Amino acid sequence: MSSVTGERISTGRIGDSISRPDGTPKVQGSYAFSSDLSAENCLWGATLRSPHPSARIMSIDISGAYRIAGVEAVITAADIPGSPTYGLISSDQPVFASDVVRYVGEPIAAVAADHPETCRRALAAIVVVYEVLEPLVDPERAIDGSHPDIHPDGNVIRRQRIVCGDPDIVGDVVVEDNYEIGMQDQAFLGLEAAMALPDDDGGGVSLYVATQWLHEDQKQIAACLGVPLSKVRLTLGGVGGAFGAREDISLQVHTCLLALRTGRPVRIHYSREESFLGHVHRHPVRIWMRHHATSDGRLVKVEARMVFDGGAYASTSSAVLINGVTHAQGPYRCENAVVDGYAVRTNNLPCGAMRGFGVVQACFAHEGQMDKLAAACGIDPVEIRLLNAMVTGDKLITGQIIENVAPVARCIRETAALPLPDEPVGGHDHDPMRLPGGAGRTADSSHIVRGIGFAVAIKNLMYSETFDDYSTARCRLSDGVVTLKFATSEVGQGFITIAGQIARSVLGFDNVVIDSIDTDIGSAGSTSASRQTWMSGGAVNAACIKVRDLLFAAVAVSHDVDPSSLTVDGGDIVDAAGVFRISALEAASGLSFDETVEYHHTPTEDLDENGQGNCHTAFAFVAHRAVVDVDPELGLVKVIQIATAQDVGRALNPLSVLGQIEGGIAQGLGLAVMEEIIMANGHVRNPSFTDYLLPTFLDMPSVIASLIEEPDPIAPLGAKGVGEPPTISSTPAIVAAIRDAIGKPLNRVPVRPTDIIGLSAFPSI
Amino acid sequence: MSVIVPNSLSDALAALADNPDALVLAGGTDAMVEVNSGHRKPSHVIAINRVSELRSWTYDPVAATVHIGSGVTYAELMESPVADLLPALAEASRTVGSPQIRHAGTLGGNLGTCSPAGDGLPVVSALDGIVHLASVAGERSLSVHEFMVGVKRTARQPGELITGVTLPVLTGWQGYSKVGVRNAMVIALASTCLATDLEGRNVRLALGSVGPTILRCAEAEAFAATAVSFEARSVSAHDARRFGELAAAASRPINDHRATAEYRRHAIGVLASRLLRRAFPNE
Repeated sequence: MSSVTGERISTGRIGDSISRPDGTPKVQGSYAFSSDLSAENCLWGATLRSPHPSARIMSIDISGAYRIAGVEAVITAADIPGSPTYGLISSDQPVFASDVVRYVGEPIAAVAADHPETCRRALAAIVVVYEVLEPLVDPERAIDGSHPDIHPDGNVIRRQRIVCGDPDIVGDVVVEDNYEIGMQDQAFLGLEAAMALPDDDGGGVSLYVATQWLHEDQKQIAACLGVPLSKVRLTLGGVGGAFGAREDISLQVHTCLLALRTGRPVRIHYSREESFLGHVHRHPVRIWMRHHATSDGRLVKVEARMVFDGGAYASTSSAVLINGVTHAQGPYRCENAVVDGYAVRTNNLPCGAMRGFGVVQACFAHEGQMDKLAAACGIDPVEIRLLNAMVTGDKLITGQIIENVAPVARCIRETAALPLPDEPVGGHDHDPMRLPGGAGRTADSSHIVRGIGFAVAIKNLMYSETFDDYSTARCRLSDGVVTLKFATSEVGQGFITIAGQIARSVLGFDNVVIDSIDTDIGSAGSTSASRQTWMSGGAVNAACIKVRDLLFAAVAVSHDVDPSSLTVDGGDIVDAAGVFRISALEAASGLSFDETVEYHHTPTEDLDENGQGNCHTAFAFVAHRAVVDVDPELGLVKVIQIATAQDVGRALNPLSVLGQIEGGIAQGLGLAVMEEIIMANGHVRNPSFTDYLLPTFLDMPSVIASLIEEPDPIAPLGAKGVGEPPTISSTPAIVAAIRDAIGKPLNRVPVRPTDIIGLSAFPSI
Repeated sequence: MSVIVPNSLSDALAALADNPDALVLAGGTDAMVEVNSGHRKPSHVIAINRVSELRSWTYDPVAATVHIGSGVTYAELMESPVADLLPALAEASRTVGSPQIRHAGTLGGNLGTCSPAGDGLPVVSALDGIVHLASVAGERSLSVHEFMVGVKRTARQPGELITGVTLPVLTGWQGYSKVGVRNAMVIALASTCLATDLEGRNVRLALGSVGPTILRCAEAEAFAATAVSFEARSVSAHDARRFGELAAAASRPINDHRATAEYRRHAIGVLASRLLRRAFPNE
């Protein structure tokens, strides 16, 4: 087994495309994921889940489970010593359901036993008597009040209006439509897994877990266990992808409770089906939009109504909603707006964070609208976007001024200028695999039509609405070795790689060690919202600068030079005049420094009742162009090429940025043409990779990317987060290309074969 | 749970005689999914992938047939020369799963599971394959049409092992097409195998995923035999379309979460028509 932390990485500074230390072990199968953890005397845990989307629990009889040899503990809501509920924004989700169940898959009990099969039998032996209730599955019924409240907090999680400028103004040209986004799953490959080890005195617990935010988990776990924070220590287990799905608590509290109850280590691993039920998803959303413009295509007003189906519990729905409504205008200047948004509670699967966080949904709608507007005004889709592209200093519909670098027009122009694919349908070698239908050999070249689509996005970076999502980093220099410590979850995005690059660039030492990622240091905030390069990168940078300045001071004393004149030049410390030069290693000999820094972004504000306020921290931009081949008769699609220009500020590791761009596009493609959790009256119809389809290599197009590097003066390293933008406008670009190919509206993602052909997506009754 | 790993056919049959209801494990690409998901809890497993008699294929040029052992994998069926003798089977094999699945999964397993979505089955059906079964009591052979009884139900009796299938080597174009909502590694929503027999002057068409088992399309086949020119390799656009309509009419699809019956029927019509055009490219 390899692990990533603790490894000494000796090369690569800011701007270098060094490869990741976890890359080779992951490809070779030697990387220790969270599910590979084990300990002496370890028990297995498993979770009993509701088969009903809505039901009253009449009784729970666990005695049958205790009669099975090998079962060591069975716990229910009655066994929770602390808070019976948890939640990221509001604590509304029960650790175990006790009175009612509100979604299929809601935990009711957990068992610990000597073997997974014993666990399975124990779960089967627990008798729960339900009174089944009619589920609330239509979000509109949550709004109109026609269904009784399914939770004491009510059926509307949050409503937010935005009214800006003249709400009554009317444009020369008006286009409107309805859009729908299906429920996407993060579908990380490394399933949920954790191992808890109880303290010898039974008073606390150590948890090894794949998560996005160790300290938030720690806080919620400690509250549920009814112990002080210090009694719950978390260490990051190897994470196999996250994409938002590891931001909420899933198995953390259950694992700790079982370990404390049994006094033995306990591990829980979810199966794929359980994973679909056990974490939050991308919100399915229905959006109505009406765009007003002048006859020459300048945006006058945006009107929108957005309904986010939050499922049974709040999770981050209220923040996702805010992202949705505040991004309704897209990356376009617009002085007037009326937007109304709801995040509602239903008996569908809970929804929360997923890459793009509410902006994916808004972007699909506003980009559909921009194409409609272009058609109505008789302007090219690229031109109308250029015409309206926002710039630094523009005011958003929230009243917030864009202070970041905002190279929207440059993203659009550079994307449009990237070369189109030169091969004909089917490729130069007429390989049937390259046609829509792929290996199924359903089509010949003559059946295929090609289309091109364009889309642009704006995405907020970091947390919003007064949240102080600071990050902590510690830098120690001793014997010429730099040791970095932070609690930043490495979920595959590559932070540990760039952390080393930052330290080497700032300090001039080659040897950088990444310490264990755990709660022995302050919070780093969540690995989400495209924020860790900015926030934890900022913290690492600041801690390294503090150590460097102490080293400069020591050098100044020992060599009688002015400390303010010193800089790091490669592996040397030099003065401004170029007279003094000493290797950093020699300068640091016998010295040691240890500095910890918290990095905070500029404070933000809450939105008022009209949706006005400086609620976001920063913004990034991106454009995508898609080329697709479509088989209109069978409704099959093959994406041929995605071209993109992305506003990255500064690429600290261009290879890593490209990885985010390609991966994000794959996820955007999935939403465009295949990825959807299909729910029927509260039940999930496809909780497996047999039926929840992810793009394969044959589905993934070639990607040509241009990195727009205009360092942002507000960002600590000039670098913007790059994780989310690739997944946001790739989806609408692909759908626009399909529309272009076949000339149909296609206002829903994923686009289904029946949508392309013009057949009903549902059985005729 | 006992696991028996016989090294010869006779050992395998003896083991099966002792445990007639044992789960027979070949590539495990269907069976292990069921076991791992808890849908199937076998008390006895007989793993046959070391039975060398089942792992080869033979070509009989005199009879113009290929006998394929039940343990031959999809990956092997994609390779020349067997792929040249049975091109539709090679195309169908390429549509199965991922490279890893194709290196493990076998045609015998496809027959044993007998899912209407089994990718090898429309080919075996279109070619009127003969399925061979063996037990300690002896051997028997039956037409694949008799072998496939219903959804995941076959004529295999407890204690019997599928040893292989015999397929004719036809002269004439043959091919396989399958629709799924992904360009690879996907379960068929609808699939078709079309095989032409120039000597017998007939066209065979078999449909997958649109009925309880693989369906043959007698009406479409009879129509094609008269509508096409075997010499000129031609068919009119109108008749190719008509062939598709007859194929669609022969399908008996259901609605499920993967697709509507209407879409599956529509897709069958399109695929059948396109396959006929591939076989008879001239108008």
